Amino acid sequence: MKKDIILAGVGGQGILTIAAILGTAAIKRGWHLKQAEVHGMSQRGGDVQSHLRLSDQPIWSDLIPFGGADMILSVEPMESLRYLPYLSKEGWIIANRTPFTNISNYPNIEDIYAAITKHPKHVLIDADAISKEIKASRAMNIVMLGAAIGHIGFSEQEISDAIRETFSRKGETIVETNLRALQAGIQAQT
Amino acid sequence: MEKLMLLGDEALAQGALDAGISGFYAYPGTPSTEIVEYVQRSRQAEAAGVHRKWSSNEKTAVESAIGMSYAGKRTMACMKHVGLNVAADPFMNSAFTGANGGLLITVADDPSMHSSQNEQDSRFYGKFAMIPVLEPSNQQECYDMAFWGFELSEKYHVPVLIRLTTRLSHSRSGVSRRNPLPQNQMKKPDDLFQFMLLPAIARKKYKHLISLQSAFQEEAMKSDFNSFNMQAPDTSLGIIATGLAFNYLMDVYQGQPVPHPVLKICQYPLPERAVRELYDKCDALLVLEEGMPLVEDMIKGLAFSGSKPIKGRLDGTIDRDGELNPNKVARALCLTDTYGEDVPAVVAARPPALCVGCPHADSYLALNEAVAEYGRGHVFSDIGCYTLGFMPPYNAINSCVDMGASITMAKGASDAGLFPAIAVIGDSTFAHSGMTGLMDCVYENSNVVIVILDNATTGMTGGQEYTAAGKLEDICQGIGVHPDHIRVFVPFKKNFDDMVRIYKEEIAYQGVSVIIPRRECVQTLKKKNKMETPA
Repeated sequence: MKKDIILAGVGGQGILTIAAILGTAAIKRGWHLKQAEVHGMSQRGGDVQSHLRLSDQPIWSDLIPFGGADMILSVEPMESLRYLPYLSKEGWIIANRTPFTNISNYPNIEDIYAAITKHPKHVLIDADAISKEIKASRAMNIVMLGAAIGHIGFSEQEISDAIRETFSRKGETIVETNLRALQAGIQAQT
Repeated sequence: MEKLMLLGDEALAQGALDAGISGFYAYPGTPSTEIVEYVQRSRQAEAAGVHRKWSSNEKTAVESAIGMSYAGKRTMACMKHVGLNVAADPFMNSAFTGANGGLLITVADDPSMHSSQNEQDSRFYGKFAMIPVLEPSNQQECYDMAFWGFELSEKYHVPVLIRLTTRLSHSRSGVSRRNPLPQNQMKKPDDLFQFMLLPAIARKKYKHLISLQSAFQEEAMKSDFNSFNMQAPDTSLGIIATGLAFNYLMDVYQGQPVPHPVLKICQYPLPERAVRELYDKCDALLVLEEGMPLVEDMIKGLAFSGSKPIKGRLDGTIDRDGELNPNKVARALCLTDTYGEDVPAVVAARPPALCVGCPHADSYLALNEAVAEYGRGHVFSDIGCYTLGFMPPYNAINSCVDMGASITMAKGASDAGLFPAIAVIGDSTFAHSGMTGLMDCVYENSNVVIVILDNATTGMTGGQEYTAAGKLEDICQGIGVHPDHIRVFVPFKKNFDDMVRIYKEEIAYQGVSVIIPRRECVQTLKKKNKMETPA
């Protein structure tokens, strides 16, 4: 069993936290993990992506092959489309509706939504609005994680445990906020 | 022991710590920065008193590492690939002096230039210097190679080059640790001529280095990091896969045995006997390597019979430039390739940009206004966040070549008659390689304006400390810039008119001016504020 996930967004939107939580959950299962990150120049407001590979078998390549990803999980709508060459024919797009518009030529958002919803397996939710609604505005990324986990075969319990482990140093309030965000994400996509 | 989840950079750092290293020396540079950042966070390093402060540049870093090796301790200098150009002088000569305490030179290459000016392959430097090179293929090998590198270095008294690439430096995976070793005791070299490269001694040193080459060959033949699987049935093709390329090869066969004989090479010099055996056994060879075609070129030059095809980057089987990936390897092997969908046309590029509120943005907007009357083409710049001032809406700079080149290029252009000739350099870059260029300008009283953008950090690599912080005016004055022409302002929009006026005044001055726009990087400020707010 393997899960190859492209995490996408704009520098600073928290995709590496998503990777850390999924990674923790995978390791608890006794799985292998490789996670390629983006550092350096590309982080300065540019598009960022991380290749997260989880498997019960040894993993060789740090990069997911084109056409091999089981999921693109993007915290920004346009960024979900940038990595389509990586998505397998059966793969899922999980995308946030709220655009990050730090460029002047950001396309018409309806065209972006149309390109996402054209894909047979997609989830498109407004994670920014949801996180604000539940007073967890800094946990938008965790809302997105919640919307994704069902489609990559991770249970709510596994991810909750991983969130506890990841955020425990930051105190119970932060843990609770993130668990609330996870829950909201799970509900939003069903 | 539980596995640690480490980046390749971090695995190497942890390996070196566990192998009893006494000091790291480095200047930040993507993708190598996380090695020393990891050590700076490490309690183990703190408890053991391991040196881990930043150096002014890669040359000073390598020289300090040679000094620590002289004193008998294990040490590592770390840098990005172009940093080795800066450090090439001590690096090449360290092959002659050799090592006393274990000496590792770690260089992280950036094929595909994710965050670099070029994609040079540091293995060429290893071959050039005639020293062993280790090229890990995964995070565990990064860890283990620190131990092995020190062992090899101390066994033959040579420096060892460790070559990483971006995808390994910045990819995380599980790493098993070994029992830590103690640090070496301080111990001067037995031979006090060892580090004395006067010609008469250097000639002997060179002969000695040449005499070691066959031993390095044998080490590569029996290295645990190299493997030679000659037994596979399909000898229509033999495959040589180096470093990360080996992973991509294994990945495309999805855990099934590769049907062709395979040499996995992660320790150099290239083990020629093994390559010869593969060549004799197979009808053709395919060379898979991350970076430039070093091995492919060597095999073609080894004067084998010459009749069998050698496939790789030189004959176009694999793209000549750019990093490898599983798909390129699959295509080279004529296996099924996969691809999702094309990126829809609606997707716009999102290039990196200066952060919202970045002080450089204000400095550039005022500079643009000040030089508008001369037209574009007067501003030489350098390596750092401020290189993004090339992008719209700023379009403020006209060059980016290497660390420090802004100042000396402005000088050369001024010598040729360009007026005004303006250099824009970051504070950390100035400390790295700008001061000597400024000295050239002062020496000839060149008509240049040098703008040192002082955001109090090494910004592009994530906000590291640097050696000249807080001392810029003193340094410029000490080098000989007249105090009246060292001008400091705070780059805010509200100061726009003053900033333009100061730029114009110094452009009008015939001689060397230094202007220092000074305001802290918004990223480091944000981090500090976060830390000061109790959770």
